[in-house]
Amino acid sequence: MTYIAKPPLHHPSLEKNALGFTRRDYEGRISTLCAGCGHDSISAAIIQACFEIDLAPHRLAKFSGIGCSSKTPDYFVSPAHGFNAVHGRMPSVLTGANIASKDLIYLGVSGDGDSASIGLGQFAHAVRRGVNMTYIVENNGVYGLTKGQFSATSDKGSKAKKGAENKDSPIDLVMLALQLGATYVGRSFSGDKTQLVPLIKGALHHKGAAIIDVLSPCVAFNNHVGSTKSFDYVREHNEAVNRLDVISPRAPIRAEYAPGELKEVVQHDGSTLRLRKIEEEYDPSDRNAALGYLARKATEGEIVTGLLYVDPAAHDLHDSLNTVDTPLNKLRDVDLIPPVSALEKINSGLR
Amino acid sequence: MKPIAATNDFVVKFANVNGSGSASANGLFAKVILRMGVPVAARNIFPSNIQGLPTWYEVRVSEEGWLGRRGGVDLMVAMNPQTWDADVKELGAGGYLLYDSSKPLPASKFRDDITVIGAPLTELIAAEFANPRERQLFKNICYVGVLAHLLGFETDVVKQLLTEEFKGKDRLIAPNFRAFDLGRAYAEANLPPIGLKLQRADKVGDRIFAEGNDAAALGAVYGGATFCAWYPITPSTSLAESFQKYCGVLRKDTDGKNKFAIVQAEDEIASIGMVMGAGWAGSRAFTCTSGPGISLMNEFVGFSYYAEIPAVIFDVQRGGPSTGMPTRTQQSDLLLAAYASHGDTKHPLLFPGNPTEAFEFAAQAFDIADFFQTTVFVMLELDIGMQEWLTEPFKWDASRKLNRGKVLTYEQLEAGVPFGRYRDVDGDAVPYRTYPGTHPTKGSYFTRGSSHDKDARYSERGEDYTEGMERLLRKWQTMKAHVPAPIVKKAKKRTPDGVIYFGSTDPAMEEALHTLEKNGVHLDALRVRAFPFSDEVFEFIRDHEQVFVVEQNRDAQLKALLVNEGGVHPARLVSILHYDGTPITARFIAKAITEKLQAGHAAALPEKAK
Repeated sequence: MTYIAKPPLHHPSLEKNALGFTRRDYEGRISTLCAGCGHDSISAAIIQACFEIDLAPHRLAKFSGIGCSSKTPDYFVSPAHGFNAVHGRMPSVLTGANIASKDLIYLGVSGDGDSASIGLGQFAHAVRRGVNMTYIVENNGVYGLTKGQFSATSDKGSKAKKGAENKDSPIDLVMLALQLGATYVGRSFSGDKTQLVPLIKGALHHKGAAIIDVLSPCVAFNNHVGSTKSFDYVREHNEAVNRLDVISPRAPIRAEYAPGELKEVVQHDGSTLRLRKIEEEYDPSDRNAALGYLARKATEGEIVTGLLYVDPAAHDLHDSLNTVDTPLNKLRDVDLIPPVSALEKINSGLR
Repeated sequence: MKPIAATNDFVVKFANVNGSGSASANGLFAKVILRMGVPVAARNIFPSNIQGLPTWYEVRVSEEGWLGRRGGVDLMVAMNPQTWDADVKELGAGGYLLYDSSKPLPASKFRDDITVIGAPLTELIAAEFANPRERQLFKNICYVGVLAHLLGFETDVVKQLLTEEFKGKDRLIAPNFRAFDLGRAYAEANLPPIGLKLQRADKVGDRIFAEGNDAAALGAVYGGATFCAWYPITPSTSLAESFQKYCGVLRKDTDGKNKFAIVQAEDEIASIGMVMGAGWAGSRAFTCTSGPGISLMNEFVGFSYYAEIPAVIFDVQRGGPSTGMPTRTQQSDLLLAAYASHGDTKHPLLFPGNPTEAFEFAAQAFDIADFFQTTVFVMLELDIGMQEWLTEPFKWDASRKLNRGKVLTYEQLEAGVPFGRYRDVDGDAVPYRTYPGTHPTKGSYFTRGSSHDKDARYSERGEDYTEGMERLLRKWQTMKAHVPAPIVKKAKKRTPDGVIYFGSTDPAMEEALHTLEKNGVHLDALRVRAFPFSDEVFEFIRDHEQVFVVEQNRDAQLKALLVNEGGVHPARLVSILHYDGTPITARFIAKAITEKLQAGHAAALPEKAK
């Protein structure tokens, strides 16, 4: 971490987005994480993504649970309200806020302990319900804040810093999210910003449950030889299936690539996901094929990254709940309190 | 033994098998009496089971208007062979036993000191109905017919109620009439009159017959709740179901969309988590549960206390500990709710004493939660929540506004009103908050359960921490004047003795006080309706030498709260405890207080203690 705050003044030549905000307007407090922590790169990617999609910073609502990852919402987009919940329960809090105020963009940040161990149930059910959110798991395979215990995403055979070997099977949150019906699923690496930023942008534009598993090596407790979540290991085994560009609804779409090379997917809000294939056989619109591909690659020890699945026409929880267009937290007394006559009618039905 | 003779003052108990469709026939029986202007207190006594186990329905008929459980049975309708022996035994001497005489029973199955009334219900119904399910259902209506003749029900009232009951399913009306007439005609032709009689009176007034859970759900609708997250658990489930029912009628937009949301969560932790999220974002949200659910919700309740997030929890109390007695009533979650979660916490509790108050307190709970930005518990009990009570009609003042508390708007922030999330601006220790998304550059903050300073910044400085914790304590003091005040009933004569009670004990206590007074025992009475206790509660204790505290739990939890919060000497509070899972009775209270008084006055105790 650093103790030196950047000056609040912006250089006049700083690039501005369509709303007139600079990248600095999306920053947060100074991070207290370890120098070189993958999580800080993810915070930077979130800042970049929000800036690039012209999101008014206060229209974002940030949520997290407990752990190193869950500290990070304080370190990006300060003009947004943030909610640091209890351990493993961020998904329910985000769900409740989303139900109350459907007009905001919801971002949940969690870790592998928070989402795959204590919070596995809430992770699963938020995905099942199709809560309209971007859910980023900052996955380092280790409990950093309590100094180095294995987490549930640690690979079998992975070694702890002091040499202990993990005997338990890992939980793959990407596979789980696919099985549970997530409608936007990606995996990336904190060290690959060019891949990560568009994935986050596409997720923020997505209507429905968007899950991004980001491998984010822990420099303090899980970056050694023998760990399968170290920088070196992830770099060596990273197999990207595609490259993504995200074009916001207002931006003009220019054809820069030869036909056939690109797949374009238009999402609910008019944003376009432009996918360039790297792996020829991979089809991110086929949930079952994606599951099979991921399972095969996992047995080979490869880490598949990219946009792994997307359903651009997904429904969300509010569709299921059939809520009014006005956010529930903006309904007035007159919308909420039934007339006295209705009560009198109920009384007479009870006599 | 002389058969009991009583008019408009007796207890009828129905022994049935659950899942046999007896509930609607028994409910009809109670409603006929109400329509004839005579108050009833009716209680279902049911197992934690869907089909096949014993269930009872007890109806106390009381022209005097006593609505607590009386104790004792004058007329047993014994329809369950499994419980026959116990049911026959429970009947008081001189009582009446109505049974299905289709199959002969040996004399040893009866008693000499009761009047046995046999009616061949199965035979009567089998002669008219072929379908087995119909036979089962109509047997119930048939015994209502027998009872209607024996007790003197007005047939028009019965038929009117059946017609209302089956409105929309009109083809069911005629066979129900038929089954009723079969029983009534049989009794008229074959059975001698009995000593119990119902006589039309005018003692019901405009009161309604309502369940507390249903009332609380309706109160939540009027109180502006827009979101319910819940997990099924007896005895609270019907609260969420009623919320759904009422919202479906009262909260639909013109285009059929919902001005509410209900989510059946994966567990109680997720339920309260969702309520936290919604309350934080400015929607009135609640969950409904029972003791085991509160145990699970503890961590979030502490979060709500410390991060100051409004929430309402309806705790429909059942018998604990652990799974305990899910279908029996108790008042045993007070300490659990009052001090829920780790660290120094305390939470407001509201104690409705009947379904009317369940409606009122439910609505009020949302105002208190929003204003004080904390979790409010509405402490229902199975006996109020799942039983129909004769209670005052629900009332709502058309001019009433929802009190959203201290929320800064865009306009206020834009005008430069300073904002610090946990600052005590008004001197009442209640801070201002903002909803997410209010203003592009002002009013955002980071909510956390970790220690924070008055501007919501992470801080581990001791001064920041204690400043926050002390403000929370001052907020607690402010709250005293905003929760429902206690109700005091003075004795007719000056007395050194008082009694404190709460919740569903109310009707039994009212009757017990009447009985005691007739016996020359005078007690001033105070019904506690909320925690934190107002000063009036401690003044009441101070003004009496000895105060009985009547509770439906083993460990004297209300007493513990009174001692802990008011510095009351424990010896001045004498516990009367009833906790077998059945509702407390006036007979129990009167007997226990009389015995304690005869055993000697406790007035000297505080002196001894000094």
